[in-house]
Amino acid sequence: MTEPRQDADPGGLAIDVEDLTVAYGEAPVLWDVDLQVPQGVLCAIVGPNGAGKSTLIKSILGLVTPAAGRILIEGRPYDDVRLMVGYVPQRGSVDWDFPTTVLDVVMMGRYGTLGWFRRPGRNERRLSMQALEQVGMDHLSSRHISELSGGQQQRVFIARALVQDAQVYLMDEPLQGVDAQTEKAIIELLRDFRAKGKTVICVHHDLQTVPEYFEWVMLLNVKRIASGPVGEVFTDENLRLTYGGGLAAAAPGRRDTAEGII
Amino acid sequence: MFDFGDYTLRVVAAGSAILGITSGVLGSFAVLRKQSLLGDAISHAALPGVALAYLLTSSKSPLVLVLGAALAGWLGTLSVRSIVKRSRIKQDTALGLVMSVFFGVGLVLLTYIQRLPDASKAGLNTFLFGQAAAMLGRDVATMFVLGSLAVLAVVVFWKEFKLLSFDPAFAASMGFPVQLLEVLLTTLLVVAIAIGLQAVGVVLMSALVVAPAAAARQWTDRLGIMVILAAAFGAASGVTGAAVSSSVEHLPTGPTIVLVASVIVALSFAFAPGRGLVARTILQRRSNRRFRLEAEG
Repeated sequence: MTEPRQDADPGGLAIDVEDLTVAYGEAPVLWDVDLQVPQGVLCAIVGPNGAGKSTLIKSILGLVTPAAGRILIEGRPYDDVRLMVGYVPQRGSVDWDFPTTVLDVVMMGRYGTLGWFRRPGRNERRLSMQALEQVGMDHLSSRHISELSGGQQQRVFIARALVQDAQVYLMDEPLQGVDAQTEKAIIELLRDFRAKGKTVICVHHDLQTVPEYFEWVMLLNVKRIASGPVGEVFTDENLRLTYGGGLAAAAPGRRDTAEGII
Repeated sequence: MFDFGDYTLRVVAAGSAILGITSGVLGSFAVLRKQSLLGDAISHAALPGVALAYLLTSSKSPLVLVLGAALAGWLGTLSVRSIVKRSRIKQDTALGLVMSVFFGVGLVLLTYIQRLPDASKAGLNTFLFGQAAAMLGRDVATMFVLGSLAVLAVVVFWKEFKLLSFDPAFAASMGFPVQLLEVLLTTLLVVAIAIGLQAVGVVLMSALVVAPAAAARQWTDRLGIMVILAAAFGAASGVTGAAVSSSVEHLPTGPTIVLVASVIVALSFAFAPGRGLVARTILQRRSNRRFRLEAEG
């Protein structure tokens, strides 16, 4: 089952998805998708709306049951490596008026390690404060989460991922709708992750910044169009295949997002 | 004003406090998970359970009736879940559907029971609008055991329920069995509603699930404090409502309790610091004036 593939990095694969098919009702959302991401890279998943980017991430996390396919993380099924995997959901997926504080949300990143019944204590508090410091939010730790701006909300989510102390991170649009300063800060943190040998896979919308931020990319539109090193697969031709015929404007270098083009 | 030395009133007050606390605690999670209407569906769906439990056992023992109510309420939520999952019908429609069908069946069964020659049938129709004065010591004992169990479960699963309510997808990604936790939390809500039905009635019980929680949310930004406040508001509404209705003849308890809860909600919406109407108006005026001064200066 796990014979080494040609495109495998000698260090091993962080993510190995084979023949993944997911359907909601009649329509396939993902069709026979393969994805191999080596350890220690920053990988972007790009594609138009409805391409199945979030579904792909959710399938890898076991949140969506695939119709077919095999998913390995660090060579093992997800159930064996849950604590090695961190998740940053879309910012809009939670209610930011929920009665809780910034520090509390960050501490939730420790719940998996804590397991059942054990409450977060001094250690969790310390780790969470450190993470908040890293994202420049420690002065807001006791604020209610509804008082945060979009960029600050995203920083809180990144801090929560930090305390998960995972090996592989799956992030759903961590740069969506954040200010330039936050974008820079988050990218710095992602590069930190990479420097520590961690793997980060991001759903990403801004095609223009792909070559700058990521060295690995997957182009997805229900089927996998291409995946591999940015220099090899992030081409005009592949972008056209991903975003459809008359969309040469999607070529890298244009200050457009995929959203803007469609 | 009320003679709490009176044994009956003491029993009624204790029972109402228990049901207020339980529904306040579980109602907080229902409100935060945007499932306020689920309480309505559960309580209406519980009516046929009460009637069937009586028909099958000829007993009006509180445990039997509460169990019947809980089973039917639980079946109701299960129906809502599977309708939403297996069809294209949306949650609100499914809730309305299940609620009215179960309630209808319950009314038919109650009417049938009323026609039975058996004298012990008396009192079952208090389940419609609630009659706290009908509460006996054994009722309160049952409520206490079930209510304590439900609240204890919330304390034990506090961290898990909090995560489930805030970010279920993240909880699932860390390996928590989200569906199981959801079923558990809903079951606890069913228990909270079932123990309140006799005193408050199926028609208005959902108000006691939603109102204390909604009022508590106004006063705090911490989940822990919100749940404790909701329990306190629930208990206060229950005890005050039951006391007022027991001292006035033919005044059903359910509506009285709900009226008291509504007053608490109204006061909270108006006067809570920060989120309240008054506080927000003052804040807006102040900052408008400051901006005007700055603009002119």
